[in-house]
Amino acid sequence: MDLTLNTRDEAGHTVLAVSGEVDVYTAPALRDRIADLLDSGQHQLVIDLGGVEFLDSTGLGVLVAGLNRAREVGGSLSLVCPQERVLKLFRITGLDEVFTVHSTVDEALGSPSAG
Amino acid sequence: MTGTSGRDDVTVTLRLPPNAAHVRTARLIAAAMARRSGVGEDVLDEVRLAVGEACARAVRVQERQGVVAPVTLEFGEAGRFSVSVLDSAKTGSGDEIAAVAGGLNAAAPWADTSGDSLGLALLGAVVQDLEVDQEGDRGTRVTMSWPIS
Repeated sequence: MDLTLNTRDEAGHTVLAVSGEVDVYTAPALRDRIADLLDSGQHQLVIDLGGVEFLDSTGLGVLVAGLNRAREVGGSLSLVCPQERVLKLFRITGLDEVFTVHSTVDEALGSPSAG
Repeated sequence: MTGTSGRDDVTVTLRLPPNAAHVRTARLIAAAMARRSGVGEDVLDEVRLAVGEACARAVRVQERQGVVAPVTLEFGEAGRFSVSVLDSAKTGSGDEIAAVAGGLNAAAPWADTSGDSLGLALLGAVVQDLEVDQEGDRGTRVTMSWPIS
């Protein structure tokens, strides 16, 4: 599977670094990881898409579902997306209005209203 | 054979099992074919995304209906680089692919987190030249094309 997920705790947030290809095949692994984090009480999530080489609609759907779930438990889910190529997908689908998108992890962690 | 109205400009045909794992295979081959046909480097991302979305949609609709027939891709390079993605799922039942070709985009595609609506929104946005043919129970043919430079 061409997807790597790494989590670390930083500044009161859980940073989930995603790299590789997020598509109809690999997106379920991302969905499960986000669900696991929220279930285990890690409610302030920053998803770092910096290493993402490809993202499709299934991946976008998983991120939206994650955002909805995070909000349900009183948490937050913000995104880090430095790549124009990936950012474009959020704009096309109107998701740039739904997510808080940062260009660096530091910026995401420094923003108290993230998510 | 699935779908409708065969094309006479097809140079390569690819049949894939309707599994999510093979959508990546389809993307890689489509990008390689596009590059070989002379599609500009700046457009390859669009080809990869569009073919991926069309195949992901085909796999999803077939999975839902338990249709195990292969998903077929047809590549052509007569004047333009074209890709058709054919599935064997019954048409209709909540599948809005035909509406996308008609230029209709959902107002809030993210309300549906299965990715279906988001996928159609992406397809409609990145492919200028999108054609959808549906014929009753015989499946859907989604044809996309790009200029060759």
